[in-house]
Amino acid sequence: MTGTQAPRIERVHGMFLTMLLIRAFDEAAGDARRAGKLRGSVHEYIGEEAIATGVCANLLPTDYISSYHRGHGHCIAKGADPAAMMKELHGRAGGVCGGKGGSMHVADFSLGILGANGVVADGVTMAVGAAQAVKLRGENRVVVAFFGDGALNRGPMLEALNWARVFDLPVVFVCEDNAYSDRTRTASVTGGPGILARAAAFGIPAETIDGNDLLAVDAAAGRFIDAARTGRGPQFLHAKTYRWRGHLALDKGLYRDPAEVAARIAEDPLARVAAWLISQGVAAATLEADRLEATARVNAAVAAAEAAPWPDVKTLFDDVQDAGAPA
Amino acid sequence: MTVITYAQAALLALQQEMERDPTVWALGEDLGPEGGVAGQYLGLQRQFGKHRIVDTPISESTIMGAAIGAAICGTRPVVELRYADFGICAADEIVNQAAKIRYMLGGQVRVPAVIRQPIGMRDGMAAQHSQSTEAWWIHIPGLVVVAPATPADNHALLKTAIRCDDPVIYMEHKELWAATGEVNAAAEPMPFGTAGILHEGSDITIVTWSSMVPVCLAAAGKLAARGCGAEVIDLRTLWPWDREAVCASVAKTGRLLVVHQAVRVAGFGAEIVAEVTERMFGSLRTAPRRLAAPRTPIPYSEPLETRCRIADDRIVATALEMIG
Repeated sequence: MTGTQAPRIERVHGMFLTMLLIRAFDEAAGDARRAGKLRGSVHEYIGEEAIATGVCANLLPTDYISSYHRGHGHCIAKGADPAAMMKELHGRAGGVCGGKGGSMHVADFSLGILGANGVVADGVTMAVGAAQAVKLRGENRVVVAFFGDGALNRGPMLEALNWARVFDLPVVFVCEDNAYSDRTRTASVTGGPGILARAAAFGIPAETIDGNDLLAVDAAAGRFIDAARTGRGPQFLHAKTYRWRGHLALDKGLYRDPAEVAARIAEDPLARVAAWLISQGVAAATLEADRLEATARVNAAVAAAEAAPWPDVKTLFDDVQDAGAPA
Repeated sequence: MTVITYAQAALLALQQEMERDPTVWALGEDLGPEGGVAGQYLGLQRQFGKHRIVDTPISESTIMGAAIGAAICGTRPVVELRYADFGICAADEIVNQAAKIRYMLGGQVRVPAVIRQPIGMRDGMAAQHSQSTEAWWIHIPGLVVVAPATPADNHALLKTAIRCDDPVIYMEHKELWAATGEVNAAAEPMPFGTAGILHEGSDITIVTWSSMVPVCLAAAGKLAARGCGAEVIDLRTLWPWDREAVCASVAKTGRLLVVHQAVRVAGFGAEIVAEVTERMFGSLRTAPRRLAAPRTPIPYSEPLETRCRIADDRIVATALEMIG
């Protein structure tokens, strides 16, 4: 490898490690749900890892992100502790939300993670408000709102796009277009010329990229986040990707053509980064060791979560509200 | 002490809180030049600028969602939803986000937002501009619900609401905007859950709030002229509500009548009656009763709308029946 290329390789290698961790985490989370060790909804991010990773690599620790139901990847990419997240998924004491939130409400405010969210597009309206607070307080922060393609058909999403433009807010909208709104093909329920046109209709600079290409995500996110940070208002990144699994862990996704699934899985964003790193002289054995290390880290997180105590039932009544709290 | 209107009292409280705390700001439709539907924001945009008195698009979901996002990021938004009927347009953000974020995120963050939703019938506004939806919000864990009846209370309670670290549904009444009363500009915030006993009596306890307070006071005057002592309690805040004040009064009178403008069925009066009955069944001298609106949409035509309202004479007649 050349001297000028070394920092770039190091950066991409670092992002590769994040992607491995996200992949291992969601494989373990999905398995645990299917094994009945977790409750409720677990939405796996497998196949979409390049987007969270490439975007968050361009954020400062003080920047904010808002997420949605498929949120584990965003949290890990923004620096959340996988062990505390896994405890949260297991509903245990020591979980990031004390076990009260679970998979759909993972958050860590100390890292600027405003939360995964169980209602489609609600994290987006909150993101524009966070950006409004940033502006009001004169802070140097950017807000990234992650959401799926299904969100583009909710009213609050369209309100939020208009709002961000009207108030010229430092927010980057990141649409993770995995082609499905729950179990329905998004294209079959979406009118007009498409997602990019919706952003453009509000006067927001927008670009479609290959969301399975980490280098493309990194480059585009770098430009868009810089634009938002330097006072150029809202930006919209449309990252095309694919959801390898069903909508959630217990959904086998049988409504999809197996040929379609196979073809899209062949675009594996992780394999593409690995291939690039190898082309730049990184040893394949190194990458395999990285993979084993990520898996071991997640396995340890699962073991720790399963061994962790349940929350004290008395915490049921904590943090409802001050005045008028339950007796 | 100065005599000002209910709307001016709210304006004064917001102005004072915005001067006191630079993180307090307000957002909603038409707050700027016209100062809101009742002038309750008049002049504030000139004083504090467009970034702190924010005129928004007609986008209730995002008005509320943005306020929540801003509240969890270090500011104290005051949300103006114009009418309670439009608060329903923001119900998802209020119920699924604002009320639950503190809890479901394990106490990591608070949502210090005031959510103003004026309630009630006024001047033939008909079915979509006249509703009293307070019971909807009282049902939701995580929310505080306030319904001031006087200028002094509107001033003191709005201050409390703005300083509260949890979301507060703040329900002014459209028919009270022009009501006048003495307000002490230096008044301290009033703690939530503190009812006011506005008329003392030992024969019957009348529990009420918001625009029904002056009506119940008029009824109490008429009852007094007939030798019956009605104790009129203005709850002021509906969640938390002042059970102790109500129970203490019922212990004295043995009779409970709840009067509200909202629909009777599953209205908050049902909760008050149930709670008092459970706690002090043995002290009751007669069955508690409720006077409230019938379960119909609010009609436009004046005689029809009037039939939905509770007049002081109905309160008097009901109280006399109960006293026997």
